[in-house]
Amino acid sequence: MAVTVRIPTQLRAATGGASEASVEGTTVAEVLDGLFAQFGELRDRIADERGSLRRFVNLYIAGEDIRFLDGVQTAVPDGAELTILPAVAGG
Amino acid sequence: MAVDKLRCKECGASYALAALYVCEQCFGPLEAVYDHGEDPAAAKRRIQASSRQDLWRYADFLPLAGGPPGAGSRLAPRAGLPAGGTPLIRADRLAEALGLREVWVKNDAANPTHSFKDRVVAVAAARAQELGFAALACASTGNLGNAVAAAGAALGVPAYVFIPHDLEEQKVLATGVYGANVVSIRGNYDDVNRLCTEISAEHDDWAFVNINMRPYYSEGSKTVAFEIIEQLGWELPDRCIAPIASGSLFTKIHRGFGEWAELGLVEGGPPIMNGAQASGCAPVANAFASGADFCQPVKPSTIAKSLAIGNPADGPYALDYARATGGTIEAVDDDQIRAGIRLLAETTGVFTETAGGVTVAVLSELARRGEIDADERVVIVITGDGLKTLDVVRGTFDAIEIEPSYDAFVAATSTTAAA
Repeated sequence: MAVTVRIPTQLRAATGGASEASVEGTTVAEVLDGLFAQFGELRDRIADERGSLRRFVNLYIAGEDIRFLDGVQTAVPDGAELTILPAVAGG
Repeated sequence: MAVDKLRCKECGASYALAALYVCEQCFGPLEAVYDHGEDPAAAKRRIQASSRQDLWRYADFLPLAGGPPGAGSRLAPRAGLPAGGTPLIRADRLAEALGLREVWVKNDAANPTHSFKDRVVAVAAARAQELGFAALACASTGNLGNAVAAAGAALGVPAYVFIPHDLEEQKVLATGVYGANVVSIRGNYDDVNRLCTEISAEHDDWAFVNINMRPYYSEGSKTVAFEIIEQLGWELPDRCIAPIASGSLFTKIHRGFGEWAELGLVEGGPPIMNGAQASGCAPVANAFASGADFCQPVKPSTIAKSLAIGNPADGPYALDYARATGGTIEAVDDDQIRAGIRLLAETTGVFTETAGGVTVAVLSELARRGEIDADERVVIVITGDGLKTLDVVRGTFDAIEIEPSYDAFVAATSTTAAA
């Protein structure tokens, strides 16, 4: 059950420059755990001490914000794309 | 001159003054930090001596390395459109209608493209010149697109404007007319913003004013507060009411008041800050009401399209500042918005777009609930022009049509008078 995770430029220092990662998992939480297993430095950058996502981190499954789905419990189908992006203000 | 570096608002990590907007350590937003040296009052004297009427009279508090853009700048030779310098209008008839003592209207519709966005774009575009970018771009709910398109034309750089497909036609026309590249996205603003965040990572020669230029862009909104202070004779208001979409304007108005107060340029502290949202897109007002310190995103459905941001990046800070100043964040429905537009127009002669209707409706609501003290000096920030959202006032009044004869006129007006 491989999922493609898209890494934003601001986090690529923690992935050795990789812009994508292939990770196993059936929920967002499992995919993140798999991602952190590959790139240990990423954990502190996007999750806080208690393991929750930091408040300026946005995650999208197929373009939909996971906060409109089931949060980190959202099911991730095989072959799906998980995109990590910073929150941006504007208008 | 005074701008020093960028700093993460969350963890405090420092960065050079480059096209960066996100902390690599914690993903928090970056903000410009200034060093005003031993004598901050010198900056006030420079303002008082300045003959400039646009926002560059506040150059000491704006994040350019080479001074105001134009012929005198070392790095940004083109001046661009003059933003800011908008009127602060004493609105006695509006105050009277609401049973208040003193209300002022900061009319930012009086900017070159008729919204406050010319301020933020002026700063972002000038910094983009300094950094040598090849193009200006933005994700927009309309007003920002107008401002970026016009700035691109004035500066002679291509502009790319990304908008949701269901924007008001006036705002689309007032972008394309400047020769900008308009890209309409089949989605809402949050979809547009997500796409532009991805595009900006791949097009690093484009200055996305509200993405990779955000730390510079957002500083432009402080000048709303600076002008209010100057126009009140170097005094702070007691209360300020401003609309919230992403929360950037609201937090930077608070910052502008706070910055001058901390430096001792004006007596007192930031005023009570009230934020205004439309109930059809009220993630920040919802969080305020529930006591949360973060915003659960919403899918927008409101006539106030310029405020239709369901995932407000500066929402957490807007919550902090409203609470810290004893303020609130309110939501009003579409009928209240239309009534707000009419009330402002009929009592001040200022015709505002839907976002201004939201702000006036919140003023009315606070007045009705008795939350504004009798001796308060209140400033409301009107961010855009009513001509941009004409459709929402259609059907809110009657016009008389008659034959071209005096008798018809008398007959029609006597009927109207009787009615």
